[in-house]
Amino acid sequence: MNLTLKIWRQKHPAIPGFFETHEAKDVSPDMSFLEMLDVVNEQLISEGKEPFAFDSDCREGICGTCSLVINGVPHGGHKGTTACQLHLRHFQDGQTITVEPWRARAFPVVKDLIVDRSAFDRIIQAGGFVSVNTGNAPEANSIPVSKEIADLAMDAAACIGCGACVAACKNASAMLFVAAKVSHLNYLPQGKAEKDRRVRNMVAKMDEEGFGNCTVTGSCEAVCPKEVRLEFIAKMNRDYGAALLKGERKKTAAEGVG
Amino acid sequence: MSLDAKIPSGPLAQKWDKHRFNMKLVNPANKRKFEIIVVGTGLAGASAAASLAELGYQVKSFCFQDSPRRAHSIAAQGGINAAKNYPNDGDSVYRLFYDTVKGGDFRAREANVYRLAQVSVNIIDQCVAQGVPFAREYGGTLANRSFGGAQVSRTFYARGQTGQQLLLGAYSALSRQIGLGNVRMFPRTELLDVVVVDGQAKGIVVRNLVTGEISSHAGDAVVLATGGYGNVFFLSTNAKGCNVTATWRACKKGAFFANPCYTQIHPTCIPVSGDHQSKLTLMSESLRNDGRVWVPKRKEDCGKPPASIPEADRDYYLERKYPSFGNLAPRDISSRAAKEVCDEGRGVGPGGRGVYLDFADSIKRLGEGTIRERYGNLFEMYERITGENAYRQPMRIYPAVHYAMGGTWVDYNLMSTLPGLFVIGEANFSDHGANRLGASALMQGLGDGYFILPYTIGHYFASTRPAKVPTSHAEFKKAEETVKALTQRLLGINGRRSVVSFHKELGKLMWENCGMARRRQSLETNLKRIPELREEFWKNVKVTGSGAELNQDLELAGRVADFLEFAELLCLDALHREESCGGHFRVEYQTEDGEAKRDDANFAYVAAWEYKGPDRKPELHKEPLVYEEVHMATRSYK
Repeated sequence: MNLTLKIWRQKHPAIPGFFETHEAKDVSPDMSFLEMLDVVNEQLISEGKEPFAFDSDCREGICGTCSLVINGVPHGGHKGTTACQLHLRHFQDGQTITVEPWRARAFPVVKDLIVDRSAFDRIIQAGGFVSVNTGNAPEANSIPVSKEIADLAMDAAACIGCGACVAACKNASAMLFVAAKVSHLNYLPQGKAEKDRRVRNMVAKMDEEGFGNCTVTGSCEAVCPKEVRLEFIAKMNRDYGAALLKGERKKTAAEGVG
Repeated sequence: MSLDAKIPSGPLAQKWDKHRFNMKLVNPANKRKFEIIVVGTGLAGASAAASLAELGYQVKSFCFQDSPRRAHSIAAQGGINAAKNYPNDGDSVYRLFYDTVKGGDFRAREANVYRLAQVSVNIIDQCVAQGVPFAREYGGTLANRSFGGAQVSRTFYARGQTGQQLLLGAYSALSRQIGLGNVRMFPRTELLDVVVVDGQAKGIVVRNLVTGEISSHAGDAVVLATGGYGNVFFLSTNAKGCNVTATWRACKKGAFFANPCYTQIHPTCIPVSGDHQSKLTLMSESLRNDGRVWVPKRKEDCGKPPASIPEADRDYYLERKYPSFGNLAPRDISSRAAKEVCDEGRGVGPGGRGVYLDFADSIKRLGEGTIRERYGNLFEMYERITGENAYRQPMRIYPAVHYAMGGTWVDYNLMSTLPGLFVIGEANFSDHGANRLGASALMQGLGDGYFILPYTIGHYFASTRPAKVPTSHAEFKKAEETVKALTQRLLGINGRRSVVSFHKELGKLMWENCGMARRRQSLETNLKRIPELREEFWKNVKVTGSGAELNQDLELAGRVADFLEFAELLCLDALHREESCGGHFRVEYQTEDGEAKRDDANFAYVAAWEYKGPDRKPELHKEPLVYEEVHMATRSYK
């Protein structure tokens, strides 16, 4: 099959980008979308031109590295599928396809189709963990966790941190990503001790990083390759509200500052 | 130079305890004076960086990905082994140890494996405490399942995403330490050289993959947790970025490389669909718990729809050949059996390189709902790639390169032959012998990072008191210049062939001549062809762009240049090992019924190769494998 591609080209964050048109000729319907881009890049290299820079690593839908907006939809809009797992059999012969990077203020473009998602890492650093040092752990079966709760936590923990939720949102909100991590840890007994602190700190960091507000339109859920559900945002809002109501305990003079 | 594995004396079960007591400690207040460089953020690297920072060391962590959370450990599907014996089915530390030594075809170091089995139970505790959402029973306790090469259920899992959940656990511990300021994180940064001063590893030279800037980092010790070299075959289940650069460049600086010919071919991967293929996708081995492997008995039936082939005309060859382990025979054995039936012309699917993995019986017995619950995400993945529904028709699978048992030689303390350079996880050679059992890679990565390295590295500091070397030292400058010169050389060739075309050609040579079955002649072919290909690479490769920017073509060129050197060592090692063991199958050395035939009298050793210079043959050093506890038996799964 043959495809026409309009691919985003941007040399540098400070230089405005534009679309370049290329043909992908004689590609197989069994190819993944990224393998088709590999073919285009090989063609460019053979012509002495620079290939398009795009992020990918595992190419099996789990590492969360690939980040393409295909025909206006993050990951191409195929249910529960990352761009690397999207195959050409879902496209028509002769179709024109646009390929762009994630678009969000908090995810600046690095080059061509690559963006900087380190804001996500900083949100996790603010509270997306259980504070337990190596060696501190009790015997694994000493705290029973009901199957329902374990399954629910796993549903939330399935998030791969790709950022499609942000790219799909008209406000570039990171609520689904943050809610997934907050829910995963706050549902489990292991995460209960720092439940309030976690949600307060992660939400504060999210706001600081420049992500937009959530109006619960659900576009994030629709594009999430791991089908993380909107209900986790409700869970996070509940936890956040509760944490705000409880308030942060002021440290006494004896405890010192920080 | 003689290899000293520094295995503690005394009974096997007491070695690690005794060693922990004998090792010197670093005073808590002094730990902050030591700076440790950790390269790689997979299970081994992230768990090590986090644990070392928790102890009070200054840690710098590096990864080439955009975030530490993306390391390829994330792709492990099936599970992690631990000798918890929760199912009460007779498991013990000793049994896990024995299964691993046997699974490794008696080519692993006994003391290391025993220690691994010991710490396996702590790993599960640690991960649960971090909030890893392992599968649970209704009573709230942890669930287990069985895996290849074992007759007990000791595998813990989180749906089909165990690697992801364990990595996110280690990543969260690492993130906490980054947030606390104890770890400085350098993502999108690639190691390009190890700096050695007075015979000790003192730092690294890296390239910032966004700006192209080359810079140096000094440390009191360097830890490589840089994964395996499966991508030397081009097509493998490894992520696209996986490479041998760190361990190979360390080898060139004096860290011996051990057993490179031990490569694992995983039996259950989705078959190749065409020349465009950029990587292969694994289907978790756990599927073999409920799936039955078969091919038609007659060649003529191979083209027919599988449902139309009656039971009597099917050959469930694993159940037939290995009745006691059946579909759960270890990976090397299952892979070879699949190759055999395909070589006989009984393979299915395009090109006849595939066998069926059939769930019809399990669906009939347990219902589709149960199968969906156990493997739903794997079935979905299969459908996305092949367009086929495995609830209705059997999956087609074929073996693919998956894991490297070989790696940098390390002693019992996980230190290489280059003092101050520690190597952990898949990057080292230590625990899996000639074949790794399923669900043991995650165990080893986390064991090394959480529970072994944090002790042994302290002993290195306390007993050797390494001198501080600043990055202004001449050796750092020299290494930086070498790296810059290499970059310029790659960019300056301006030939006619793309980097990928060289990588594909190398991969094909490796798969055809040094893959599932190797013979003297095929290896000699490779030892002639690889240097020729390498020469052509350095004359005719085309690398676009410049060095002073984000340049993926340049990154790949550096990695492929290293694969082109390393591949030769792999073939040399395969040629020299005149026996079959585990993942290394030499056609000349097999039993009458086609099983691997070991030669314990001549080859019961670790082959550690010393780099001697660009045009000189590497020198072989042997570490004899002494089995104090187990008897080296012929491995049988019949």
